Amino acid sequence: MEILFFGLVAAIAIISSILVITNKNPINSALSLILTFFCLATLYVMLEAPFMAAIQIIVYAGAIMVLIVFVIMLLNIRSEAGGRTNHARFLGSMTGVLLLILTWTVIGKSSLTGAKGAIDSAMIAKVGHTELIGKSLFTEFLLPFEITSVLLLAAIVGAVVLSKKKL
Amino acid sequence: MLSINAYLILSAILFAIGTIGVLTRRNAIVIFMCVEMMLNAVNLTFIAFSKYLGNLDGQIFVFFVMTVAAAEAAVGLALMIAFFKNRESIDVEDMNLLKW
Repeated sequence: MEILFFGLVAAIAIISSILVITNKNPINSALSLILTFFCLATLYVMLEAPFMAAIQIIVYAGAIMVLIVFVIMLLNIRSEAGGRTNHARFLGSMTGVLLLILTWTVIGKSSLTGAKGAIDSAMIAKVGHTELIGKSLFTEFLLPFEITSVLLLAAIVGAVVLSKKKL
Repeated sequence: MLSINAYLILSAILFAIGTIGVLTRRNAIVIFMCVEMMLNAVNLTFIAFSKYLGNLDGQIFVFFVMTVAAAEAAVGLALMIAFFKNRESIDVEDMNLLKW
């Protein structure tokens, strides 16, 4: 049952991500990408990470994709006149396929090792996923969390500087 | 019980499709969306390993990747609007001022 469901979701994710790169109209690409994000959120739920699934939908499908669709509509971009030249397209596809073969061999040949941590399904069910994430974020990863706020501040200032005509 | 390899292979496929999109498309916004897709493929790897190893560190990394993606979206789209004001196009073939 789980394998069947995974196969279905994975097939939808792959098909919609192929649609992202083949659609001529950017709006259709953006909508296919949102479908990919929803499939990934489903997989996060299957991996017992419900909080990650929630912020995947809220932040990615909700905020970032709305921003992208907004910009596409604001600029009123028409469909692409033509793709890249044939050799660029060929080289790009070859690079992608080679990358896939490489990762496939690495995954197939190596055995996964590593010490198991303390977090298992029973603990996530008892304590709660959000609590575990929050505890980890505000104790062990407090410094990176604070530095992230500086990154966001820099991004806000950068966006304002770039889009304002006269400062 | 599904093995971790299924998730890793799905993530590799999504990453490869994203790479092909970045290298073959001309519209800057579509290229940007393909970059987002590659980031998401990596996020899936992080969460699969996090589940497999029983460790939440990978999910914290996903959190930071999402923050970086949001910052990137804000600045990148502002750049595209600024470029569109100058050139009336967001085709990457038109971005050739630094081309030798």
